[in-house]
Amino acid sequence: MSVSAYSERPAAKAGENNGFSVPWSRPRPKRAVVSARLVSAITILVLLAAWTAAASLQLVSPVFLPSPAAVWAKFVVVARDGFVDATLLQHTLASLWRVFAALIAAILVGVPVGLAIGISRIGRGVFDPLLEFLRPIPPLAYLPLIIIWFGIGEPSKILVIAIAMLAPVALSTAAGVRGVSRERVDAARSLGATRAQVIRHVILPSALPSILTGLRIALGAGWSTLVAAELVAATRGLGFMIQSAAQFLVTDVVVMGILVIAIIAFALEFVIRRVERVLVPWAGRE
Amino acid sequence: MTHLTLDKVSVHYDGQPAPAVERVSLDIGKSDSGRGDFVVLVGRSGCGKTSLLNVAAGLVEPAGGLATVDGRPITGPGSDRAVVFQNDALFPWLTARENVAFALRLRGVPADKRARRADELLSLVKLGDAGDKRIWELSGGMRQRVGLARALAAEPEFLLLDEPLGALDALTRERMQTTLLDLWAAAQVGVLMVTHGIEEALVLATRIVVLAPGPGHVVRTFETHFGRRYAAGEPIRAIKADPAFAAARAELTDAIFEGEAA
Repeated sequence: MSVSAYSERPAAKAGENNGFSVPWSRPRPKRAVVSARLVSAITILVLLAAWTAAASLQLVSPVFLPSPAAVWAKFVVVARDGFVDATLLQHTLASLWRVFAALIAAILVGVPVGLAIGISRIGRGVFDPLLEFLRPIPPLAYLPLIIIWFGIGEPSKILVIAIAMLAPVALSTAAGVRGVSRERVDAARSLGATRAQVIRHVILPSALPSILTGLRIALGAGWSTLVAAELVAATRGLGFMIQSAAQFLVTDVVVMGILVIAIIAFALEFVIRRVERVLVPWAGRE
Repeated sequence: MTHLTLDKVSVHYDGQPAPAVERVSLDIGKSDSGRGDFVVLVGRSGCGKTSLLNVAAGLVEPAGGLATVDGRPITGPGSDRAVVFQNDALFPWLTARENVAFALRLRGVPADKRARRADELLSLVKLGDAGDKRIWELSGGMRQRVGLARALAAEPEFLLLDEPLGALDALTRERMQTTLLDLWAAAQVGVLMVTHGIEEALVLATRIVVLAPGPGHVVRTFETHFGRRYAAGEPIRAIKADPAFAAARAELTDAIFEGEAA
């Protein structure tokens, strides 16, 4: 069979033209990107320098502001010997476990709820006000109630984080469902899809980019709820470590804990963006 | 003989003061030996072409009249009447092959069998080596051919085409016209198509139904034969260069703009 008779060129082939400069291609505004990064790097260096200077000149007492070297030394010590009966890795894993357990719970509840909001008017009527009610409440406000209801064990901690994650997951899912192209649904129906098949084969995959964005926001929200969740009766966890250190005025551990939390949050964001690229390579290319 | 029939169909959308379509009757036949009608709806904007197609598809419920397939009322969409839209409506999370195999997957056809069938259909639309391509790697014309193959995989009696070539550039559109004629001959389906292209209607149709707005109604029906001449082996350029083609185009253009204030 002859394809050449119909030799239309693919509209956009991934990777085409990469590393290959054509004379008429306009120069990319690379300088702007580089200089923004440069400014960020300089900002961080200046802050570090100021921090070092303030600490080494004893402008501020080490109880309030330990030096970067002291924080780094503490990092090494806590990583090796631990703090409040657990090493840094154990604290980190305890926190990560809570956040991911909460994420799974938030997905299991939030995605179906978002689907219901996006698909049915009744679903929207039931769940929309509940989510709007939950969304703006700070975790510290409902923490006491959850402890009264569910005790001080691990489930309460996971629940506190999961509640913070629920709204972003559900609302992003709902937005994704509402954004599904009418024609795609109609095309599937005219190919014989039942209602359930339309949801499974068209609506869910269509909403997936939006759901993943929701997960990214949820991870951020959950991670920032961590300290509140570990406020009561925790024996391990980064939030717990920071609070214990604060009670003993071990400021270098507090600062180190804050930095570790920030770095892990940054890493999670990076990982989930990678996951997005693998799972939904079509996003933004339609 | 199988018939897709609209009998005095009216369409009235919620919240609209006037109906979009009033008492339009259409019949698309398909003989058991395979040859089907190729009915093309043309007319100015707002004449209800797409509304009628959606009634035939079962996506819009008529406010009056009856839409039937072989006497059975149409109650919803079904794979006996596969639709192809202007914007391909393909699924970007699937490869071209998986898109084509979609209807078979819905029916639970085993994976190897449906992949084989999908490759056959891709070859039929001259995309035999594009099965593994992602949708965004395909040009507009290629996408539309995947859309056609996907519709044919459902083994429909009728193909409903809603301006399938409307978003393509002029050269691609011309090539796709012959692809459509080839498919129509090969796939043994009756076709109902909506288009804005006057020449396109003449090249493709066995019957052209001219609609006028306010509310949508039929003003004229032409039986044409240019598509059959192509099917008989005459080159498409020669057909379009025929003085009879030019005369038909003038007549059809007049019919479309008849009654419109100059």
